[in-house]
Amino acid sequence: MCTLDKRGSLFFLTFTGDDQHRINPNVIGNLLSHLSQVKAQATPGSVLITQAQGKFFSNGFDLDWAQAAGSKQGASERLRHMVVLFKSVVASLLSLPMPTIASLTGHAAAGGFVLALSHDYIIMRRDRGVLYMSEVDLWLTIPGYVNALFREKIGDASVRRDVLLRGLKMKGDEAVKRGVVEAAYDGEEEVREASVRMAEELGKRKWDGEVYAEIRKGLFPQLSAMVGLGHKKIANPRL
Amino acid sequence: MCSLEKRGNLFILTLTGQSVEHRLNPHLITSIIAALSQAKAQSSRGSALVTVSHGKFFCNGIDLDWVNAVARSNQEAQQHFDHLYHSLKRLVLAFISLPMPTVAAVNGHVAAAGVVLALCHDYVIMRRDRGVLYMSELDKGIGIPEVFMALFRAKISGSTRRDILLRGLKIKGEEALKMGIAEAVHDGEEGVTDAGTEMGDELAKRKWDGEVYVEIRKGLYPELCGMLGMTSNVTATPKL
Repeated sequence: MCTLDKRGSLFFLTFTGDDQHRINPNVIGNLLSHLSQVKAQATPGSVLITQAQGKFFSNGFDLDWAQAAGSKQGASERLRHMVVLFKSVVASLLSLPMPTIASLTGHAAAGGFVLALSHDYIIMRRDRGVLYMSEVDLWLTIPGYVNALFREKIGDASVRRDVLLRGLKMKGDEAVKRGVVEAAYDGEEEVREASVRMAEELGKRKWDGEVYAEIRKGLFPQLSAMVGLGHKKIANPRL
Repeated sequence: MCSLEKRGNLFILTLTGQSVEHRLNPHLITSIIAALSQAKAQSSRGSALVTVSHGKFFCNGIDLDWVNAVARSNQEAQQHFDHLYHSLKRLVLAFISLPMPTVAAVNGHVAAAGVVLALCHDYVIMRRDRGVLYMSELDKGIGIPEVFMALFRAKISGSTRRDILLRGLKIKGEEALKMGIAEAVHDGEEGVTDAGTEMGDELAKRKWDGEVYVEIRKGLYPELCGMLGMTSNVTATPKL
């Protein structure tokens, strides 16, 4: 599960415990509730950092829960259910009225990678942990909105191909080189500190949250449409 | 025309025939599509395909000599050209819907429709010491059909796309590697061919499910697939 903390104008969404932080309907509910709270308490200068304890940021959807359905069809249905539910998490992050940073101190795979990529910035470890879309190796297809996410967030066609079609496991340095993450640091502490530093830098700009969210959605029109977000016109510029 | 060989899990498609330039005419295109059909029929989890050619050229584009030879008027030439274009569309479709990873081992020059043929593959390996990749259309005053444009938009990003299409650059192997068009470069024809088959074997070892692989590939190129009339299929059984 996750906890939500506030330190000054920084919100910390943390996956607690040393497990794989798999995503199931309960976790999704938990995430949505926290993100709702973050949105409600947002002010100019707010920033969200999403992080995790242990070896994993998140290893994706809870396939054990899916298989507990008892049949192949049941498992597929549960998996499809989670894929659909997760759209709301992406929508919530995409429309969050503040900058967002995914602070990765461990592996992020499949749904975990999607969660990370749904943030404005990713900071990860250089010495440990990988980004990995495991679907091709697990014989799972990629949902439409996930394709849109990768298409709109990662500009290079061959990087997208390597990540999705080749199941590339990217370590920190490679992820930086390929333009998938912002920066990579050695060690867990360094990543956490760098994330806070970045958050503070972004927070200093005191951006209007609503405007920020609209501009963000404008960067990702296909993704926004696919996760059910519309576009708003805003008044009140800071002239 | 072309031959298809199966070596373990790897299908090797070789462009043969008398023509040194391996230009694309209806016979060669039909031959390749038939070979791909065969590969698809014989495929299993963990299949892969590598396309190789020999000599100075991988493929130098469409066979304009054929068009001019069979046409008795300008109007007929246009008709044959259109027919050739539609065949090429079917060729692209055949590659994009092939249920296995594909590698183009580009042993030499590759131009115009030949570049299209190379880009139909998931990965391109080029020669470092010889050969250029060249979209000659601009220099020849020929437009580029929509489906080819979609293929470029799908596979190549940013200023690279502009440089290839709008600048008529002749791109050598090393350059293609830097630009992200080629996966790797090797010296000598044998170097490229060996690298191609090695890569094919490596990809085959991942034991990907062909149907799932095609769906993921289609998800990467929605515009192109839409133009080719491809629809999405249901998932295969996941390895849960």
